Amino acid sequence: MAYDKPLPEPTPETQEFWDGLKRHELRIQRCLDCDRFYFFPRPFCPHAGCRSGNVRWETVSGRAKLHTYVISHRGFGGFADDVPYVIAVVELDEGPRMLTNLVEVEPTPEALPVDMPLEIVYDDVTAEVTLAKFRPARG
Amino acid sequence: MPSASRLRRKVAIVGAAETELGVLPDRSMIQLHAEAARLALADAGLTEDDVDGIATAGTTPADISEYLHISPRWVDGTAVGGGSFLMHVGHAAAAIEAGYCDTALVTHGESGRSRVGMGPGDAGPSSIQGQFEHPFGGWGPPSMFSIPQVRHMHHYGSTEEQFAAVAVATRRWATLNPRAMMRDPISVEDVLNSRLIAWPLRLFNCCLVTDGGGALVLVSEERAHDFPKPPVWLLGRGEATAHRSITFMDDMTEWTPAKQTGASAFAMAGLGHADIRHLMLYDAFTHVPVYALEALGFVQPGEGGAYFAEMHTTPGGELPVNTNGGGLSYTHTGMYGMFAIMESVTQLRGEAGERQLPGLELSMTHAPAGMFSGTSTLILGNQ
Repeated sequence: MAYDKPLPEPTPETQEFWDGLKRHELRIQRCLDCDRFYFFPRPFCPHAGCRSGNVRWETVSGRAKLHTYVISHRGFGGFADDVPYVIAVVELDEGPRMLTNLVEVEPTPEALPVDMPLEIVYDDVTAEVTLAKFRPARG
Repeated sequence: MPSASRLRRKVAIVGAAETELGVLPDRSMIQLHAEAARLALADAGLTEDDVDGIATAGTTPADISEYLHISPRWVDGTAVGGGSFLMHVGHAAAAIEAGYCDTALVTHGESGRSRVGMGPGDAGPSSIQGQFEHPFGGWGPPSMFSIPQVRHMHHYGSTEEQFAAVAVATRRWATLNPRAMMRDPISVEDVLNSRLIAWPLRLFNCCLVTDGGGALVLVSEERAHDFPKPPVWLLGRGEATAHRSITFMDDMTEWTPAKQTGASAFAMAGLGHADIRHLMLYDAFTHVPVYALEALGFVQPGEGGAYFAEMHTTPGGELPVNTNGGGLSYTHTGMYGMFAIMESVTQLRGEAGERQLPGLELSMTHAPAGMFSGTSTLILGNQ
């Protein structure tokens, strides 16, 4: 069955992130002047007091912690069959946060303590697009 | 901080009105704008021919000009979500003071429930949200505006019972408002037993979805006493935006931009917390006024939930909040901010009927830009 959920459409600024996921690499940007990572992709450092354009892409660990989340009991379109499902903001070990789905875990508050360790799962949802999802860390 | 005195008593709201509210499938979004505009102008004894400034969100000033067939010499189309109209009030005041216009009309109309004549909603798949949020099944504010709440609960120990109490407290006001959509009293248990939407949100943690409109007319101090209704003065304002996607809210435990806009409004008005005994805090969901109460500094960080749970905001309480019944129980068209302002005006005019706060002279209105993405604060007064 064809994939029937919203798909991202990369821009020139974000292409490397999406290309990296397709290779099963998590690629985000790091500022070479203040040494900090950031996300979402853009060709300049967003950190206050820095704002440098001297940035580069790096492959990061894919390890993260659960920052906050909801357990959606309603879903539309392709998500209708997934309920309940977890929409989470995770904090990468390198610092930045991203929105994702948690997989391979019970969608209950009891199974989802805030700050629990997570690891990335590369979900090849179509031939062109891989999404970064996360599951409880296995060690 | 902005100058405290430059706008003091310089610009007033002299016309204010809402349309019929609720389920209105016989009216389009643009007609709700126009209907609200004409009612607000009539409230001030004016017509469209007197308007030379327009501010609106949800449509554009060009659409409003066309539909009303007028040609204003000042326009503002700031559209950053439900609190845009608070920003418009501040911008209109500056425009009037600068002489850009004399009579500013701020309009809201939304067929939020019936979806008549509404444009497309979501940002496209190449937007930041389209790439980094939509693929993960967020389906609108109930599943996204709610994202930070669990972090607040974790950080401060706030509880589902406390957030439920916000709905209970707000409903108490709605029982006093004959125009409110939901008027039957509810309990914390009722909220906790309502069906799950996106945990920790249940149905009664969520605002209504309705159709309706509202509009305001603003003029300068020199003309402010020439209208049928007593003027409601803009004393202080602040606005800020910080992000658009909820994912990129820097601190999930606090509403950082609201701290800034509250402080700006207080500084401009030369007032402090002890002066404010009426608050309108945009309540799209029960956690939103909790974050606002904390960020505006009426309680310490983390104490907002307990404050609502202790029922200090209810009829007879020390700090009445959302006296119309709020977005939770009164009405919520989608961009509710206009109705928050409207209740401040209604209370300051002494027209709030059974829910009227006696002797009220000041009111603070606060609303988000988008989903915690920014905020706007107004302080209004009748003296």
